[in-house]
Amino acid sequence: MTGAHENPLGLLPEVLLAGSAVLGLLLGSWLPRARQWAVGALALAACAAGVAAASVAAAGPVTTVFGGAFALDPVTAASRIVILAGTLAVLGLSFPALRGDARESEYYVLVQLAALGALMTAGAQDLLLLAAGYLLAGIPAYALVGFRKDGPGTEGALKYYVLGALLGVLILTGIVILYAAGGATSYRVLGEAFRDAPAALVAAGAAGLLAGLLFKAGGVPAHFWVPDAVQGGAPPVAALLTTLPKTGALAALFRLGGQVFADAALPWSALVAVLAAASMTLGNLGAFFQQDVKRLLAYSTISQVGYLLMPVAVAGRSDLARQALLYYLAAYAVTNLGAFAVVCALPRARGLDDCRGLAGRRPLLAACLVVCLLGLVGTPPTAVFLGKLEAFGAALDGGYAWLAVLAAVNTVASLFYYLRWIVPAVSSSGPASRSPDGGSRTARAVAYAATAVSLGLGVAGGPVLDAVASPAGR
Amino acid sequence: MLTALVFVPAAVALPLFALPRRTPASVVRWVWVVVCAFELALVVTLWAGYETTGGLQYEQRARWIPGAGVGYHVGVDGLSLPLLALTCLLFLACALYSLRETRRVRELAALFLFLETTCLGLFAALDLILFFVFFDLSIVAMYFVIAGWGHRQAGRAALKFFLYTFTGSLALLLGFIGLYLAAAPHTFDMVELTERNPLAGRAAYGAVVLLAIGVGLAVKTPTVPFHTWLPPAHVEAPAAGSAILAGVLLKMGTYGFLRIAMPMLPGSWRRWALALVVVGVLSVLHGALVALAQTDLKRMVAYTSVNHMGYVVVAVGAAAATAGTSAQARSLAVTGAVTQMVSHGLLTGALFLLCGVLYERGRTYDMASYSGVAAVAPVFAALTGVAAFASLGLPGFSGFVAEFQIFTGSLGPRPVATSLAVLGILLTAGLFLRALRQVLMGPLRLPDGPGTPRAFPDIRAHEALAVVPLLGMAVVLGVAPRFLLDVVEPASRTVLELLAR
Repeated sequence: MTGAHENPLGLLPEVLLAGSAVLGLLLGSWLPRARQWAVGALALAACAAGVAAASVAAAGPVTTVFGGAFALDPVTAASRIVILAGTLAVLGLSFPALRGDARESEYYVLVQLAALGALMTAGAQDLLLLAAGYLLAGIPAYALVGFRKDGPGTEGALKYYVLGALLGVLILTGIVILYAAGGATSYRVLGEAFRDAPAALVAAGAAGLLAGLLFKAGGVPAHFWVPDAVQGGAPPVAALLTTLPKTGALAALFRLGGQVFADAALPWSALVAVLAAASMTLGNLGAFFQQDVKRLLAYSTISQVGYLLMPVAVAGRSDLARQALLYYLAAYAVTNLGAFAVVCALPRARGLDDCRGLAGRRPLLAACLVVCLLGLVGTPPTAVFLGKLEAFGAALDGGYAWLAVLAAVNTVASLFYYLRWIVPAVSSSGPASRSPDGGSRTARAVAYAATAVSLGLGVAGGPVLDAVASPAGR
Repeated sequence: MLTALVFVPAAVALPLFALPRRTPASVVRWVWVVVCAFELALVVTLWAGYETTGGLQYEQRARWIPGAGVGYHVGVDGLSLPLLALTCLLFLACALYSLRETRRVRELAALFLFLETTCLGLFAALDLILFFVFFDLSIVAMYFVIAGWGHRQAGRAALKFFLYTFTGSLALLLGFIGLYLAAAPHTFDMVELTERNPLAGRAAYGAVVLLAIGVGLAVKTPTVPFHTWLPPAHVEAPAAGSAILAGVLLKMGTYGFLRIAMPMLPGSWRRWALALVVVGVLSVLHGALVALAQTDLKRMVAYTSVNHMGYVVVAVGAAAATAGTSAQARSLAVTGAVTQMVSHGLLTGALFLLCGVLYERGRTYDMASYSGVAAVAPVFAALTGVAAFASLGLPGFSGFVAEFQIFTGSLGPRPVATSLAVLGILLTAGLFLRALRQVLMGPLRLPDGPGTPRAFPDIRAHEALAVVPLLGMAVVLGVAPRFLLDVVEPASRTVLELLAR
């Protein structure tokens, strides 16, 4: 690594997003309230441009920039596209609800900063950058959860913040310990240094790091904030929380497993496998008898993290791991966003029973709900099916047959609670259709689009899978 | 052409939703019937152009998801062609039967057309993931049919059906991934996997994969002890749904044994075939004995399905024994298994539709509530009698041809098991005769609960149009089965050659 390769164009999507956030903050201070939507439009444009830039950059060579602190490889490319496209969807969902809000522009800025944090986490090749990404992804998200200043939101934000602060300290401690053990913060150096570093020191540092990133991902044992924050926050915020930081954190975990701890005297992959098992199982158990749609989705995302951790556990042990993780991430993000978009489109439906008779009132929306929920189960031909197929394959290939079997059992179990939602929605015998559901056209459009992409990714996933699998570099 | 056969129903199902809401239901019904008739015509054309000794035909390949080793690959041979034809015939029968359906016809028609695509796709698939996709989608579609148009307890029954078969499908998926990882380079293509026999000489790995695939298919078949989802699902499902579930969906399990498990895991199959024979015999006897104890007509028919599918399992298990029997006998067992699948599809389909006819008039399946129905509905009684006798294996019907082949082929390799299984025929004969006597003979008595019409009109035109062709086909197969056997026999010899590797 020459160190001289410090071309800011390498970070174009991140720079665009940061620039748009700062510009948005300034603009918001001067624009009259009725025209604050311009900040949102700017954010949309930045995200769209970022997706384009990331797609172009994805074709470039595998390299690192800024002194080896940030990787430009398929993992970064895929995470960038997923995060930025997810941000686009979240912004789209937020628009109608926020029109004319007193703090409209602040909201957009916070969303962009949270997304930027997730981007930094995903691409970080250096522990210090990882810590910065962690904080950047976290702090705006705390504010977003409590943005409505209502009871549940404040409670959720407080829980999220306290747990985040605690685990933020843990991750920093972990980084300090790893620095002490390896004498550097760059992944490349650490990977070699850990071959003969004191095992206890490395283990302690890895535990802190793992705890912090699992908090971001919303996985067991740092998942306690997820149900409250998701239920308390506005639906678009919930969609953001369960999609963007997860993507960044899982990509970061994948890098750590494949590079930093690959040769260390540490049962890293077994540990991640156990946590994956715990996450999918506990998430499912929690979801079983939920009545609130957002809470149910929150627990379902915890279990999804479990499946997503399967390829992370076999990082470096199976050639299938990377494509499985990246494909599953994209599939999960779009399907999960679709499900939350349906929630946004039905603002009055809090409980599962409120959705009764949806098929009669809004057949297309009901179809979206069915496709997204069955998609989250992993029914073909949706995208998550292909993701699960790859993830199971990676786990079996990496020697974790028990994990794949457990994941299959959990998948069946998850079917039960998704069906508890699907059945009332498609049943005709509802109460005579009350007042219209409300909900904006934009939310419905996002739901349709996400569902279409989810199906499209499943049916025609070949090129995408090739794209995330092609370049050999890890 | 095969692709068209598979996807035309689904392609029609989608625009059905685009029709304006006020479209009269009759338009939808006739679209449904016409599409099914078109499909049947298409499959007859396929059959006419099929060369009996030509192996796989009408093959089509396309790149689909090469990164995951998945391709679009379809084709037909002697194992799948009869089942494709059966599927088209049964779906047409169900469409005709539902001509009087009034509840949400548009959705029902769309679901059935979609279901037809999944069933045809499964039998035509030559790629494990394609097979799995259709396998899973058939479960989803059938779930909505049961839950949406079933009887009182349909929600619970449908959930049970979904959970059981979905568990099975995931076991199947794990098994498929096991096969995929064993092959070098990794692939899900059935033809390639069959040629390469990737698990030869890896006994433990092969056993685990076979266990996963076997459990997955056994749940679907269903065999003892995985059959408990079947009776509630059948009892609560609407008549047309039951007919498809028993007639087509159950065949997916046994077809999977013949198409996937036997040719791709020959070593493990030979080693563990005895277990399968035991499971098959248990299914035969358990299904028959429990059916004997039923008072609910539809539940009884459901248990006879367990019994009949048990014969198929016995046959495919017995065919694996290599020592001391001629290849001809074993080939007879495999041919019998395929014939039994077709025969069972026709007869059980007809029986379930007749159960639906009975329910529509009396609003109950309880046999004790009926008596002497033959006096008021002679045609219905005659058809039910014919279906029941055919189902218990009377010569002259397809069931006899199938079961005779199975027993002749299996007696040499597995004499004890086969003799036990023959007992199943006796039991089914007893239970069908008892049911016929109860419902059709004796003094006239009809259920009169609140809301049931007193009159018991005889079978109507659309019901007869649905049932008679099925029974007619069963007679044709019973009298002149050559045209079917000519297609099946070369394929079953191929399976045995692959199995002997």
